[in-house]
Amino acid sequence: MITKDIDTVAPAAPAPVADEPPRRPRKGRRAWDEAPRWQIYLPLGIYLLFTLVPFYWILLFALREPGSSSLVPWPITFEHFDKVWNERSFGTYFENSVYVGLATLVMTTIVALAGGYALARFDFKVKRVFMLALLCSQFVPGALLLVPLFQIFANLQLINSLVSVIIAETVFQLPLSIILISGFIRNVPYSLEEAAWVDGCNRFTGFRVVVLPLLRPGLIAVGSFAFVHSWNHFLFALMFLSNQEKQTIPVGLNSLMSADSVDLGALAAGGIIAAVPVVIVFAFIQKWLITGFSAGAVKG
Amino acid sequence: MAQAAAVAKQPAPPPRRRGSATPRRLPYLLIAPAGLLMLGFIAYPVLSVFYYSLQDYNPTKPWRNGFAGFDNFVHAFTEDPQFWDTLVFSAKWVVVEVGLQLLLGLALALIVNQSFVGRSLGRAMVFSPWAVSGVLTSAIWVLLYNSQTGITRYLADMGIGEYGTSWLSDTSTVFPATVVADLWRGVPFFAILILADLQSVSKDLYEAAEVDGASRFQQFLNITLPHLKDAIILSTLLRAVWEFNNVDLLYTLTGGGPAGETTTLPLYIANTSVDAHNFGYASALTTVAFMILLFFSMVYLRLSKFGGGDK
Repeated sequence: MITKDIDTVAPAAPAPVADEPPRRPRKGRRAWDEAPRWQIYLPLGIYLLFTLVPFYWILLFALREPGSSSLVPWPITFEHFDKVWNERSFGTYFENSVYVGLATLVMTTIVALAGGYALARFDFKVKRVFMLALLCSQFVPGALLLVPLFQIFANLQLINSLVSVIIAETVFQLPLSIILISGFIRNVPYSLEEAAWVDGCNRFTGFRVVVLPLLRPGLIAVGSFAFVHSWNHFLFALMFLSNQEKQTIPVGLNSLMSADSVDLGALAAGGIIAAVPVVIVFAFIQKWLITGFSAGAVKG
Repeated sequence: MAQAAAVAKQPAPPPRRRGSATPRRLPYLLIAPAGLLMLGFIAYPVLSVFYYSLQDYNPTKPWRNGFAGFDNFVHAFTEDPQFWDTLVFSAKWVVVEVGLQLLLGLALALIVNQSFVGRSLGRAMVFSPWAVSGVLTSAIWVLLYNSQTGITRYLADMGIGEYGTSWLSDTSTVFPATVVADLWRGVPFFAILILADLQSVSKDLYEAAEVDGASRFQQFLNITLPHLKDAIILSTLLRAVWEFNNVDLLYTLTGGGPAGETTTLPLYIANTSVDAHNFGYASALTTVAFMILLFFSMVYLRLSKFGGGDK
């Protein structure tokens, strides 16, 4: 929806710009998008301080020597990383988290693609009910369903198995993903698919050849979001995985924090290990985030 | 998009009705996996919470288990002062967090929507805490707030405050300290959504307002704000629900302490079921939480014009 707005606005923009220069000298007035520099850089600088100091703080603690209180991490040491990775089993946690994240990404994307396609392309009896269920389930927090979910997974003998966490993460990721993907599919003209059928494709190959390539940015956004969310999420893993061999990074971080005397260097190094994949994914999806997200999430 | 349009023009559109060649079962097959997963792992647990809310159920005290009627609810509303405390704190937490996040997010979005040198780098840095998890946020702020080598030590070096201050364990400072920690992560959410919506404001409107002599503040009030209204209302509502449900950060940062000072209703529920194993009572509290959420979701559905808007 947003991209459409931009498309319709863009062609009109050049014309007014052309007759702007004569107006500019008038009483030193500026156009809306030409605020005085200091009005941008001063508040932005203050806010960036608030944003970046915590990041610097964790880097500082992770890299400086134990017992040091210097504000510069010099000499640099990787002692904390070594300790957390090997002695505090963050190596194992990392592997488990990657496994959970990737499995959630794949399951969420496939299931949401099917559901989103149905919503975008068909009219069927339970469609309204299904839409309503999707919207409402965004209001049901996983945190409030820990006990019944625990009982279900206990009955399925999935406690202490990563499968339980993968299922739970996927389920709570689905509603938003389906809504987003159906929005993306609606933006692809139906006539494209119909043309493919005329050329001899069936519905599935038509979808694969024509629609899927156009959905790529949207799928990257949805998939990355599913990955980041399950990577970051904490309560399901805490509840369903009591075996230390199976735990994930956030649970490991929490146990570092709840220890009697917190090893701050180890905590900082563990935090950075937790952040690295997210930072990479985030840098990767940023350009799709702003248009893709709001188009689906807020505009419905 | 351009590529799509080009392809669309090539062949003569087939005179085929939409979906006419499709088996009627196909849409149902497509929504089946999502539908079954949500039935099994959202709908069923919700129903079982309603069921257990009417039961005495505690795995560590099996001799007392059984039908309890509305005893759990009566106990919550009449005999459990902690329940009321958590309810009040939840409201305070949601209002303060969402209010500040909205104001700062709006301001931030307006700033990074301007054109200036280093804009994309500035945006990336300003938005970066968005992707940081609740637990990692806690870890970072535990490092910042710790009494030995935290920020207070360096402030004390500069003569501000005292050495050994721990903002997280003092009942008078714990609330602002947790609010700031959550703001750090929450403001980018609003900033991102509002920035997205800002990009669809027609530049012509500002040009016209400029000609009519409107000040920048008037332009903001009469053009920008009305345009953003829907996005602001919906994201505020979603964020309110999200902050209400937000357990990760408080659980790991303060554990609801000191002295229950930062316990929200969902955190109280988690503690009641995880630590005390009082599942029946926890289910009743969860039911109350659902009623609150139901109210918010009704408002949301109303505002998002469900029924008119879906095609």
